[in-house]
Amino acid sequence: MTVTPTAATQHDGSTLSWAVKDTLALAKRNLLHYTRVPQLLVFTFVQPIMFVLLFRYVFGGTIQVPNVTYVDYLMPGIFGQIVVFGATATAIGLAEDMGSGIIERFRSLPMVRMSVLAGRTGADIVRNLGVVAVMMIVGIAVGFRPHGGVPGILAGCLLVLAFAFALSWIMALVGLKVANAEAAQAVSFPLLFPLTFASAAFVPVNSMPGWLQVFAAHQPVTVVVNAARGLMLGPDVASNLEKFGVFNTSTGGYVLQSVAWIVVILAVFVPLSVRQFNKN
Amino acid sequence: MSNAPAIEVVGLSKRFGDVVALDGVNLAVEPGTVYGLLGPNGAGKTTTVRVLTTIIRPDTGRARVLGLDVVDQAQQVRASIGLAGQYAAVDEQLTGRENLELVGQLTHQPRAQVRLRAVELLERFGLTDAADRPLKTFSGGMRRRLDLAASLVHRPPVLFLDEPTTGLDPKSRNDLWDLIRELVNEGTTLLLTTQYLEEADVLADRIAVIDRGMVIADGTAAELKAQMGATVLEVSFADAAAAHGAVATVGAVSPGAEVEGTTVRAPVVDGARTAMEVLRALDAAGLEVAGLTIREPSLDDVFLQLTGRRAEETTNGEAAPDLAPAGGPR
Repeated sequence: MTVTPTAATQHDGSTLSWAVKDTLALAKRNLLHYTRVPQLLVFTFVQPIMFVLLFRYVFGGTIQVPNVTYVDYLMPGIFGQIVVFGATATAIGLAEDMGSGIIERFRSLPMVRMSVLAGRTGADIVRNLGVVAVMMIVGIAVGFRPHGGVPGILAGCLLVLAFAFALSWIMALVGLKVANAEAAQAVSFPLLFPLTFASAAFVPVNSMPGWLQVFAAHQPVTVVVNAARGLMLGPDVASNLEKFGVFNTSTGGYVLQSVAWIVVILAVFVPLSVRQFNKN
Repeated sequence: MSNAPAIEVVGLSKRFGDVVALDGVNLAVEPGTVYGLLGPNGAGKTTTVRVLTTIIRPDTGRARVLGLDVVDQAQQVRASIGLAGQYAAVDEQLTGRENLELVGQLTHQPRAQVRLRAVELLERFGLTDAADRPLKTFSGGMRRRLDLAASLVHRPPVLFLDEPTTGLDPKSRNDLWDLIRELVNEGTTLLLTTQYLEEADVLADRIAVIDRGMVIADGTAAELKAQMGATVLEVSFADAAAAHGAVATVGAVSPGAEVEGTTVRAPVVDGARTAMEVLRALDAAGLEVAGLTIREPSLDDVFLQLTGRRAEETTNGEAAPDLAPAGGPR
């Protein structure tokens, strides 16, 4: 009896390169779902457009932000809101996979196991990239005029996407812990709703009651949205926002805080999710 | 070395909380043979397969596939095994071709080979016409065939099939049996779980009967059947009292007769002749018969013979680990 020199021997060479290949194969699989289930796309694109229109034209008239048009203030917040709400998809997708037999098959294959999680969060980066790009166009169509220049706008988008990636790993843990897709949604929503709305995404934090400001000013969505806002709208607008108390620190300060949040979230939730996935 | 078993299981135990799923399972499967694991729901069949396919770790005991330990050398084991089963572990949204190519990539086959292999398997399993349709449009039988095809992409020398035909109509079941026979003829070692004695009889070289996480009998199909009679004779009566009145008469002709409800059941070797004799004896005793059946023994009969109770009884409270499609308790 001999051990067949198939994948077993190939595998020992470079686990990292296999991890990347497996992750890409699974990310592609997850993205194909968007082309097969149109409802997923509707949920992904239509809902943020509704939010833009709602805040731009319905609520926007009553929200005053000093020295900046509301649509300029709003759009970076919308990008934040999109990726926070969108993170639910990570939890739902993983919970669905766990509930179907396909994870059993994956676990019996000589693939790098962590790729199941990385393939999911990786696919979500691509989805977020698509949605942020579309919403940028929608924003410009409704009057968004950022003055941060192309580098500032791209840096703002990049920061939002990096934050989205970190959130995906929190939601991956949620998806692995709950029993099914409905439960994933039920758990995610109460977690993400206050993070989105008790933040600087739609209104300045200094317009909120003092007790709420304590939370709203320091939570990660506010920090990331204000960093993206400062980067996209440019230094002149940012310094005005700081002068009027809308920002409590400079753009640079927000960027540093954002990076810190992203690093800490990844450092905590990547290992937790991987451990949960490997646990039987 | 060629005498080493392809699959070797020694003292395997696994608990899920309070439920004992495996309670010291021992098995040895010779290379190139088909081993049938026969038992009711919750007996431990799926748990055994999940341990052997490295999906879960056993609490105690040892299992080797092709001499490789399923815990310490899990990654090498995974490269040498295929798994298909009752839950059809495929992606509903992907097409048949995409499913097979995904498994090809995840088993680290060269890209060009993955494409060819997918075409070859689709052809072989009669799915070429449906190759580019999402699986959600497939029938149950097509889905099972694709699931089986997916387990073969990397040409594993050892294959695990967990209740491959449960829930299929007779036509699809026969198709799948033919495909499985072909694979075995090509030299694949196969461990198959089933609830059907007929399926184990048709496909397996050796059969182990598993109950409450333990192997309670093992041998060839012929040996198992010999142990309990080749056929089962059932004589039914108008009521339970009549059945009780007749059991001695039937037992005189065919030892081992037992009453259940209004029926007297006896394992027999020569069904037709014994039936004639039983009828003559009953007629002579003036006992009226309501019906008579001669049939192949079922899992139920094997169970009754081996354990003195019916197969369904074991499902009470013990079904959970085997029924959970994924992950067990998480």
